[in-house]
Amino acid sequence: MQFGLSESQRILQSNARKFFAAECPISEVRRIMETDTAQDQKLWRSMAEQGFLGVVFPEEAGGMGLGYVELAALAEEMGRALVPGAFLSNLFAGAILDSAGATKHLASLAGGEKTATVALLEASASWNPEAVAMPTLAGEKLFVPDAESADMIVVVARDAGALALYLVESHAVKKTLMPAMDLTRRLYKVTFDHPAAELLVKGDDARKALDHALHVATVALCAEITGGMQRMLDIAVDYAKTRKQFGKPIGQYQAVQHQCADMLLYTESARSAAYYAAYTMTEGNSDAPTAVSVAKAYASDACRETGNRAVQVQGGMGFTWENDTHLFYRRAKASEIAFGDATYHRERIAQFVID
Amino acid sequence: MDLNLTPQELRFRDEARGWFAENVPKDWVKRRDEEESMLGRFDYLRKWQRKLFDAGWAGISWPKDFGGRGAAVMEQVIFIEEMARAEAPPMANVIALGLIGPTIIAFGTPEQKKRYLAKMLSAEEIWCQGFSEPNAGSDLAALSTTGVLDGDHFIVNGQKCWTSYAWAADWCELIVRTDPAVPKHKGLTALLVDMHSPGVEVRGLKQMSGESEFGEIFFRDVRVPVENVVGKVNEGWGVAMGTLMHERGTFGAALQVNYRRNFNRLVEIAKTIDRNGKPASEDPVIRQKLAQCYAEIEVMRLNQMRAFSRINETGVPGPEGSIQKIFWSELNQRFQQVAMEILGPYGQLAHGSPDAFDEGQWAYGYLRSRGNTIEAGTSEIQRNIIGHFVLGLPKSY
Repeated sequence: MQFGLSESQRILQSNARKFFAAECPISEVRRIMETDTAQDQKLWRSMAEQGFLGVVFPEEAGGMGLGYVELAALAEEMGRALVPGAFLSNLFAGAILDSAGATKHLASLAGGEKTATVALLEASASWNPEAVAMPTLAGEKLFVPDAESADMIVVVARDAGALALYLVESHAVKKTLMPAMDLTRRLYKVTFDHPAAELLVKGDDARKALDHALHVATVALCAEITGGMQRMLDIAVDYAKTRKQFGKPIGQYQAVQHQCADMLLYTESARSAAYYAAYTMTEGNSDAPTAVSVAKAYASDACRETGNRAVQVQGGMGFTWENDTHLFYRRAKASEIAFGDATYHRERIAQFVID
Repeated sequence: MDLNLTPQELRFRDEARGWFAENVPKDWVKRRDEEESMLGRFDYLRKWQRKLFDAGWAGISWPKDFGGRGAAVMEQVIFIEEMARAEAPPMANVIALGLIGPTIIAFGTPEQKKRYLAKMLSAEEIWCQGFSEPNAGSDLAALSTTGVLDGDHFIVNGQKCWTSYAWAADWCELIVRTDPAVPKHKGLTALLVDMHSPGVEVRGLKQMSGESEFGEIFFRDVRVPVENVVGKVNEGWGVAMGTLMHERGTFGAALQVNYRRNFNRLVEIAKTIDRNGKPASEDPVIRQKLAQCYAEIEVMRLNQMRAFSRINETGVPGPEGSIQKIFWSELNQRFQQVAMEILGPYGQLAHGSPDAFDEGQWAYGYLRSRGNTIEAGTSEIQRNIIGHFVLGLPKSY
């Protein structure tokens, strides 16, 4: 038994860290987040060349065919670097297409020629697929990530009461920006008025494909959150070592030091839970849905608590626009919400282990 | 990353599981809840440990030459988990097995290993750990019990406190000051002291939970032979730190299994206890709190698995053990509070009340958990260790 990355997983992670440090430093994140879509084509193509975009898609469909632990290792580095843009929404859409057997679209997603996103939430703002009410492609979807830069949109809808998944071209629908907290990822309201659509899958198969893809995206997000937490911890600890008050580095005071210790505890714990969820999904174990919810419930609270401490430790500096912490702090809130917050996942856990 | 047991680990697990299935005493679970003298119960546990030793189950990762099994740390962890899963009684000599044995294995002379280790495993000699003093708790290096060299003996004088199993101990790993002239960390020595020596006096110390698990030890001109020094004279601080890392490293292995069992029991109770006309298990607030406990117990298990993998690779527990210590202690306090909320007025009922759930173990568990963030190094000290030794922040003290 060995709980930790294998040699090849370590190499993948270290290559990803070097890649993002070079290609996506924080100055680049700040530049890209000021653009309309926060999605940069040059960075995207470089990520595609590295194989990052298709890391878990099957090899025969143009992906790398790796497991979810590799996905987690990569996503953690993307969180650390605060990589802006469509990775997560593209992954979510690709995982649906893969599960639904629509693998012909995957090669262009893995290769970076096209991107896709998923329109799931409606005005009810529920992550539960049961809450989807939109009839076949007429109505509004909310909180759709990266819809403007996406070429394709997977739409979750109802066909005569049955859950159904469709694929539409993004240019065939109306997209309205929903300005939000995270500056590195855009959310849109998408209005459907009977666009041309390809039915992917329906009924139980639609639910299965959606559930699976939700787990894939949630695991990647949990690992990404861990990377962001680590970065906030590193920033705060560096500051606490150098900033002096009353003649001493503030990190020498226990009131500050203990907040840093808490951040490490949260970060390491979120990391354990994220990698376990990734591992158990790769193995196809029956506890995978519970493990995913444990990871997301924990990470959602832990990233908020870590962000709060990271700002607090840096005092007034931590509250400035110039300091990078707020970029991670904003992302942390968006990540806490995405794919269900702690309350949502705790109720899921309750259904798995109490009922 | 591979959490599957290797074929060898699997064989080991199955063998342990099979042995426990046949040998766990049937009267233990009931006995645990009965009113019984501490000494009577301890004698029972001592016999149980002897049985484990005779069957080759004591000291899984200790060297074969000294009565152990010579297996890897991972087998040790598997064994602890199987033992908890089988609801087996604990072993009597916990301080020796968890802390002092590994310390002697790391720092002891060949003669010391030969003399002490096997008798630790067989529970023939019970051990306690003489570290804390009335004026040296978190600031352990400030301790003032002295050891003065007199020929081939140290003469020990002083007082230790919060000493678990002092009342049962035959031997003590004692940290004393042997050089008062040098900085406080540099004048300490670790001694192995025979608790039956003239001048050793043990007094019980009653806790808020009503028990007297630990006690005070007074040393008055106690003679300790120089061959009982562990490591080198005046290098006792390193020995003590090694002991404490073991305390934080592997101590938690059985806890996650026990916590999961307590959680499952609490879920059963929540299904039977009423809250606003429905079972408490259907109340959305209670569901949130139970699910949070479940998630945290799971995260604790996973953190431990990661830590054990690291110990398996490097051979020694690291300062990250402080994360485990904070996690299990604070989690248990939160869990016991959730239990109190679910039990409502029943939660306060103590052992002996016919209306109490589970013979009053929830009231006991609540009180006992209050000590968790203090024993084995307070949460504050653990955060200091993380701050300085893991994050590299300047020492705060």
